[in-house]
Amino acid sequence: MGDGGSPARGASDLRSAAARLGPAGGLRPPDPPPDPRARRWPVAPVAGGAVAALLVVLSLGSLAAVAWRAEGWAALGPADWAAVRFTLLQAVLSATLSVLLAVPVARALARRTFPGRGVLITLLGAPFILPTLVAVLGLLAVFGRNGIVSQGLGLLGLPPLQIYGLTGVVLAHVFFNLPLATRLLLQGWLAIPSERFRLAGALGFSRGAVFRHLEWPMLREMAPGAFLVIFLLCLTSFSVALTLGGGPRATTVELAIYQAFRFDFDLSKAALLALVQFALCAVAAALALGVALPSGTGAGLDRPLARHDLRPGGALAGWDAVVIALAALFLLVPLAVLIGRGAPMVAGLPAAVWVAAARSVAVALVSVALCIGFALALALAIQRARGLAARGLETVGMIALAASPLVIGTGLFILVFPWVDPARLALPVTALVNAAMALPFALRAILPALRQAEATQGRLADHLGLTGSARLRLVILPRLRRPMGFAAGLTGALSMGDLGVIVLFAEREGATLPLQLYRLMGAYRSDDAAGAAVLLLALALAIFWAFDRGGRAHAAT
Amino acid sequence: MLRLDGLRVRLGDFALAADLEIAPGARVAVLGPSGAGKSTLLGAIAGFVPLAGGRVLLDGRDLSATLPGARPLSMLFQDHNLFPHLSAEDNVALGLKPSLRLSAAERAEVAEALARVGLEGYGTRRPADLSGGQQSRVALARALLRRRPLLLLDEPFAALGPALKADMLALVRAILDDTGATLMMVTHDPADARAIAAQALVVAGGRARGPMALGPLLDAPPADLAEYLGTGG
Repeated sequence: MGDGGSPARGASDLRSAAARLGPAGGLRPPDPPPDPRARRWPVAPVAGGAVAALLVVLSLGSLAAVAWRAEGWAALGPADWAAVRFTLLQAVLSATLSVLLAVPVARALARRTFPGRGVLITLLGAPFILPTLVAVLGLLAVFGRNGIVSQGLGLLGLPPLQIYGLTGVVLAHVFFNLPLATRLLLQGWLAIPSERFRLAGALGFSRGAVFRHLEWPMLREMAPGAFLVIFLLCLTSFSVALTLGGGPRATTVELAIYQAFRFDFDLSKAALLALVQFALCAVAAALALGVALPSGTGAGLDRPLARHDLRPGGALAGWDAVVIALAALFLLVPLAVLIGRGAPMVAGLPAAVWVAAARSVAVALVSVALCIGFALALALAIQRARGLAARGLETVGMIALAASPLVIGTGLFILVFPWVDPARLALPVTALVNAAMALPFALRAILPALRQAEATQGRLADHLGLTGSARLRLVILPRLRRPMGFAAGLTGALSMGDLGVIVLFAEREGATLPLQLYRLMGAYRSDDAAGAAVLLLALALAIFWAFDRGGRAHAAT
Repeated sequence: MLRLDGLRVRLGDFALAADLEIAPGARVAVLGPSGAGKSTLLGAIAGFVPLAGGRVLLDGRDLSATLPGARPLSMLFQDHNLFPHLSAEDNVALGLKPSLRLSAAERAEVAEALARVGLEGYGTRRPADLSGGQQSRVALARALLRRRPLLLLDEPFAALGPALKADMLALVRAILDDTGATLMMVTHDPADARAIAAQALVVAGGRARGPMALGPLLDAPPADLAEYLGTGG
């Protein structure tokens, strides 16, 4: 009151103004302290802001575009509600099974050393970059109607397995997420100080007491985060539902959007479903951010163990061996069978598959360039900003976790349709959307390394007047090589194997390798499909390996 | 002349005030209990700690709004004085040109600075391949090359053994003789202070006092300093 710009300023206003200067302020208010960060990255706020705007337009703008073109709001029909129910049901089942099964596996890995343990733990990270269709084909080769298990049942006179529907969708999701859950829980186990196990050994704890006092508290902390991450991943699952689900009883919301758009061109329904999907993902993502999310990088998971609460040998060791063997078989047999079938077919694949493979590699490389550029610009802007602005930018960087590629694709299709033939934009749009989808993971890898580099080297760089491109080139990039290589590999592999937005845009021509593979599966050309799957797997792994290795080779440590 | 004109720092509950002058070419030890704000004082002069009031003036020029990299001073921190991914040569060359695009003459200057600190032929090594003492020498070579009129040392040699530390202090003395720069050096060790400084600042109780003659101060320290030094009765 009083100094709010009233025309009659009185003596009390002057006094309060003088009081605000403070006793030592003298006649002149102190200069605002110079903020060295302000001039470290002259371009960072512009570039970071542009990337953030692009991401918001991609995710929310495409949603708005779909809503805008929707003609009248039909209510959700019974089939749509069934899709919502199925989406939630399969996600809950997949996440629950993945986490529950991961508990014995992670525990066995945490307390045993055996030759190949490090390799197995590394392999547990592989499903993340495994193209979905490759895994689906592998699972079909083992659990499908003509798969190994069904053939074995046939010998016993039993009917073959029925994999299509809820069973197949959940099976595939557990295949992908059991390893992830195992790694997350293994991190928790290895984070329990070995001194506590030593104490447990000294006090003669029983297995039950060890579980109750050491392992259960860790699980209570880690398991909800692992569950939510997997729930969120399964919520947006499209290609698993496309290949193993389908039909009125096993359609996810993502699949329903695709069908409404591609088969019926019913934009109002697609829009409505897109909003439902966005709401589901936003709620799940908000929950996931609220719970302490375990970080997935898992450095140091293969370090040696010091467990003093275990006696060598015995029934417990046998149980652990069985658990580890079962998990390894579940993960490796489908891939081994697929590779056995497909590898001899690769050389004889039709030319169209090779052309599609070349196209996919090009898309993946563009995607990598875009994603790394986005992540770097955003990370530098986040590092520079403060408080709310920094948090806002970070949230925007993670927005792809809640956005659905199908919704983005539908929106972009509607926006470009009046101007360009969407089929001509199929590959650029795929590269862009893949980059946006991989951005949360790239940001998670790069941002901590950037913060670390600034925390340890920023003061010296400030002192020596290193700003702008010299700072980036000499101080920051050398420290980011390793996480950037990892992020680039991840992005390339994800983009290589992605079957999402491309199915909306591509016509007969211009397919990527996953789309070509999907068409071969649809045409029941199973030999070619197996060959194409092996080629896809090899290319995805090669791209990941090349970038990740490139980052390590010249990394400054 | 360095002048701290009504300088005030406030970081949460912590407060520090300084109002003093240091003559050009003076060698001043900064003494005081742990946590009293010795490093904060140097950080404020170098531009890393925001001022809540007052000014930092060097030879009459107000530095308060100048970015750290543009201030006419060199500083050695407690750690992280070198970029671990750059060679010793490049680390020194950064003191000449942040872009690292050097002319032949500038390269020769870098080599000469490395030779001055006894690291001839070590230019291509990375910090990880150098001992702690050699790393300190690289940082000193850079300070030598920068030729700024004020040198701030925030205990950069604290992790070195006594003999190495004595070597470093001798090197600092030689550099100061050469450049004529003013020195402010934070230290916990009265012997280090005596080895290089003639004057002292005492940072205690939220104030920096001084400069005063070092010898008499250490011979008869005031109560707060005596308690810290362990020489009081």
